Amino acid sequence: MLAFLVKRTANAALVMLTVAFMAFMIFRFVGDPVEMMLNEQATQAERAELRERLGLNDGFAMQFVRFVTNALQGDFGISYRNQQDVMKLIGERFPATFELVIVATILSLVVGIPLGVITAIHRDSWLSDTLQMTSIVGVSLPSFVVGIVLILIFSITLGVLPAFGRGDVVQLGWWSTGVLTPSGRAALVLPAISLSLFQITLVMRLVRAEMLEVLRTDFIKFARARGLPARLVNFRHALRNCLMPVITMTGMQIGNLIAFALITETVFQWPGMGMLFIQAVTFVDIPVMAAYLVLVSFIFVAINTVVDITYAVVDPRLREDAAR
Amino acid sequence: MTQPVLSVRDLRVEFPTRSGTLVAVDGVSLDIAPGEILGVVGESGAGKSMTGMAVLGLLEPPGRIAAGEVRLAGARIDNLDERGLERVRGREIGAIFQDPLTSLNPVLSIGDQLVETIRVHTRCDRRTAREQAVAALTAVGIPAPTTRIDHFPHQFSGGMRQRVVIALALCANPKLVIADEPTTALDVSIQAQITALLKRLCKEHGTAVMLITHDMGVIAETADRVAVMYAGRLAEVGPVLDVIREPRHPYTRGLMGSIPSLRSRVDELVQIDGSMPRLDRMPPGCAFHPRCPDAGPRCARERPDPHPVGTGAVACWLEQGGVNGG
Repeated sequence: MLAFLVKRTANAALVMLTVAFMAFMIFRFVGDPVEMMLNEQATQAERAELRERLGLNDGFAMQFVRFVTNALQGDFGISYRNQQDVMKLIGERFPATFELVIVATILSLVVGIPLGVITAIHRDSWLSDTLQMTSIVGVSLPSFVVGIVLILIFSITLGVLPAFGRGDVVQLGWWSTGVLTPSGRAALVLPAISLSLFQITLVMRLVRAEMLEVLRTDFIKFARARGLPARLVNFRHALRNCLMPVITMTGMQIGNLIAFALITETVFQWPGMGMLFIQAVTFVDIPVMAAYLVLVSFIFVAINTVVDITYAVVDPRLREDAAR
Repeated sequence: MTQPVLSVRDLRVEFPTRSGTLVAVDGVSLDIAPGEILGVVGESGAGKSMTGMAVLGLLEPPGRIAAGEVRLAGARIDNLDERGLERVRGREIGAIFQDPLTSLNPVLSIGDQLVETIRVHTRCDRRTAREQAVAALTAVGIPAPTTRIDHFPHQFSGGMRQRVVIALALCANPKLVIADEPTTALDVSIQAQITALLKRLCKEHGTAVMLITHDMGVIAETADRVAVMYAGRLAEVGPVLDVIREPRHPYTRGLMGSIPSLRSRVDELVQIDGSMPRLDRMPPGCAFHPRCPDAGPRCARERPDPHPVGTGAVACWLEQGGVNGG
């Protein structure tokens, strides 16, 4: 198990280093940072001085090492646009995106897994067929359409939920959370639904396909032959064997969700990292873009690593092989 | 005679398909007395496993019991709903399947699977169930059961896994065990051990066994009585020694002739020419007549039903007024 952990972590570190390299290259190829940071009237001496201060006269390797060292300490420099510490900007926005994505993920699992099991068990019933049909619609609808339709129904027509923003937030240290206030929770509902709709259908279809596969196996037949009640057979014996792909997919999709959140955040004017990134792109705010790239990759890699380790916990066979 | 623990009457199992209904089991009647081991023998596709699955109510859809009845200690079980069957399976009728490698859930430890099964049937607390599970593993000869109980199926060899399967099948003390080819997937050296274990445990607990196999040798060693099946029908039933010494049905004779013997020197083993008819190409009359060396005109016209002869029953016109009449 330990060897497995070490190997997996080393892998992750290598990937992060590569990503950091790419983020670093953005600095070098998207124009001269000095030009962007100073105004046109700056003197040559001022430019040289800034150049020296930013360490741009050092060798390529030296600069990369410094970039990585700084990034490791959470220092991505100063935003060109509003002269604020990039990490502080992202730190302000990250909780909003994170809460949205987590709520959407939980929603997709809580709704998707039972639906998948039900459609697999009652394979040919009208209920299953209807859910299957609906899920196709769910997969094909773009999330901004879903978002706009939700706003139209619940905010404009019914007027029960807010159409934009995060509501009131509470500060817990540097973390600003919306889940502790009624208006924060209300504001979370529509974006979370809109973000999770695609996930729900994905989880449901995956669980259904896996369940149909597992329900045909001998150990399910043997479990039934031992007189175990259907509930136990379906949810303990069968579902547990389906969870591996679901965990993988959920893990991978959290990264995707952060990317998708960009659209949802725009539709609902959700003050998250997606919005920050869109603004950074419009203003060619390179430090923010680089930090976003590194951070999103870090989340991706971290999740994948955790997913791989979770495998080993869920599936004892993997644990053995890794230890060998 | 005491009441049989299992009584099957005129069982008919059908598979409706697009191109017509296939009859996998046709008019099979069997009795198993308490503590008795009934061997069910036949080629692949003879309907022996189907009969076992039908008794357990585990036929794969669209397969279904189309006619006949199954009685467990006198009470009908073929018309029970899924809830009722859950109470019968495991508690009244245990089951052992062919492949121990796939019979156990790979993500649950064998202890989890045993404890769960015991608790479903006896409603005891976790600790008691675990003690019973250890006892069950000891009984089937798993070494160091107190540590092995927390191991996962993949940590056991094939023979050990089949022992675990047997422990699972017997842990609620059923009256009857349906063992469907319990040794077929195992090494020859392990087969005898498992057969002997199954036989010993069932004798100890007075459990009746329906031992489904295509291995006449296993039947000869283990069973009290034997039922020979051919193309979904019963060919011959009788005490195992009588059937082996004096097989009456031509198919049984063919089966016996194809077993090599250590005592008598034969240069060539007898084989039955041809193969069993497909379910959708069932010939009229006796299903065996195209391959039968003794067939007469009557065999192609009329179907013989099992008829009491001596200590058993035989479905052959040879024993019921000749192959030419009718």
